[in-house]
Amino acid sequence: MSTRIILPDFRNTPVVDQVGIEERVARFTTRSIKKASKMQGLKLTLSMIDLTTLEGKDTEGKVKQMCYKAAHLHDVIPGIPSVAAVCVYPTMVKTAKDALKGTSIKVASVSTAFPSGQSTREIKINDTKFAVENGADEIDMVISRGEFLKGNYNYVFDEIAEIKEACGPARLKVIFETGELSTLDNVRRASEIAMYAGADFIKTSTGKISPAATMPVTLVMLEAIRDYYYKTGRMVGMKPAGGISTAKAALHYLVMVKETLGGAWLSNEWFRFGASSLANDVLMQIAKETHGVYQSSDYFSKD
Amino acid sequence: MERLEVLKTYKIYIGGQFPRTESGRFYPLKNKKGDVIANICLSSRKDFRNAVVAARGAFGGWNSRAAFNRSQILYRIAEMLEGRKDQFIAELVTQGLNTKAAQEEVSLSVDRLVYYAGWCDKYQAILSSVNPVASSHFNFSVPEPTGVVAIIAPEESSLLGLVTAIAPVIAGGNTCIVLASESKPLCAVTFAEVLNTSDLPGGVVNILTGNSAELHSHFSSHMDVNALIYYRNNKAEIKTIKENASLNVKRIFVYDQLALASDKAQSPYMIYDLQEIKTTWHPIENIGSAKAGY
Repeated sequence: MSTRIILPDFRNTPVVDQVGIEERVARFTTRSIKKASKMQGLKLTLSMIDLTTLEGKDTEGKVKQMCYKAAHLHDVIPGIPSVAAVCVYPTMVKTAKDALKGTSIKVASVSTAFPSGQSTREIKINDTKFAVENGADEIDMVISRGEFLKGNYNYVFDEIAEIKEACGPARLKVIFETGELSTLDNVRRASEIAMYAGADFIKTSTGKISPAATMPVTLVMLEAIRDYYYKTGRMVGMKPAGGISTAKAALHYLVMVKETLGGAWLSNEWFRFGASSLANDVLMQIAKETHGVYQSSDYFSKD
Repeated sequence: MERLEVLKTYKIYIGGQFPRTESGRFYPLKNKKGDVIANICLSSRKDFRNAVVAARGAFGGWNSRAAFNRSQILYRIAEMLEGRKDQFIAELVTQGLNTKAAQEEVSLSVDRLVYYAGWCDKYQAILSSVNPVASSHFNFSVPEPTGVVAIIAPEESSLLGLVTAIAPVIAGGNTCIVLASESKPLCAVTFAEVLNTSDLPGGVVNILTGNSAELHSHFSSHMDVNALIYYRNNKAEIKTIKENASLNVKRIFVYDQLALASDKAQSPYMIYDLQEIKTTWHPIENIGSAKAGY
């Protein structure tokens, strides 16, 4: 028998001290990570990346190429891990799944009328089922921001719960599109709704709206995960997505995870980066540490 | 009450901004009497790395500007320099020149900028060609800028050396990172202010101050730098630069005997140094025969 979780009143979620969050975030960026620990951090970052292509112009060919890159990031240097997953549209899931056969790389699919989420419940559920049936290991859904901002929290909660059901064994990541939620209080509230509704991961953004992932927003979500873990004992993953394009920024995020949630979250089971250009910058840093000279993007594959 | 003079902080120029060196290091610059005139940033390899990122970012935009527009901007730099003549003369005098020589150096620098401003939209015509080929192709060769260029500017000249080094590089559509004279860096920093008010996009020219012995190996080993021009005559440094460049096929140009004040220090061939000739074979109908094609 599972333990009963009593749902909180989402109108009364804790308010966020924005100035406090910003000051805390500023401290994370001051840690000095060099040499061996930097190398370890860079490799960890690579293993946490969800290599993403979510464009209208995506083709099977592009997805195949990205899948190859996911498994062979930079074979010139031995010992480089592969990324955690590739993230594609539902129609590309089959292609990606086939291309990644024999690797441990997961296939994640966005669903629920990504990126706007403006569609009916029925379509969203079918969208999800289609992706899962095609072999998606992970589903990235978007919440209905319009309903959320109207204060219709039950609608958002029910929708997440129904999609979770449709996911079956696939892990569910819930995207808030924090750039549209406007306040950190809203981010905190959305985090709680999603986690209580069954999200396995909470994710900042679609990458289609600016600002996407920022450190303050991520910290608020990490703190929500921590509080939820203390209350229920269930671990929830975190995925900042969009706008993290440098190795340095990625290391800052890792520091933040470690100092907010602890080492248990420092694996690709519980933390991911949604990014397309981050991988190359991390690879360039690894090559710099390996060869000792600064690198040029000319020598790294364009996705 | 005597007024305290407000002294300028001499900072480096990266990506259109005036940061201090990330290393926090500096060296005191002294005049003939041994008094400290200013503290100058002692740039580190990380400043250089940041400058390369800025230069690479600026390359696409600068390269794709109309040649005529680049010409206008170079002329604008000359205008701004002319307008701030007195400041440059004063700095040159502080660094040890007599007034007359300082005046001449500034005038020559302005003239050199105007010279290259003129060449911006003309070198293409001189360097490109339509080539006679045996097959039915329209075959033509055109110059294209090399990319990001690192420059180690002359040590003996504060302003003219810098202008001589920068002007042909940016006239040809390249972007650059310049290491200014270590013993006479004042004009370099002030010249950055001139560049910053001349519609020159940030990142096209980046100016560092510091020590060549420390930086030359990084200048030559960075994979994202396409060419390096060296204006000094330290044999050991030249050797290291050439060795490093052989590993990443950077183009190296050494001007160790250049008489800066002479007309020989300015030439379209200095633009040509940093151009790559691209040849295009464009298939056509056979229009070489005597018959009219129509």
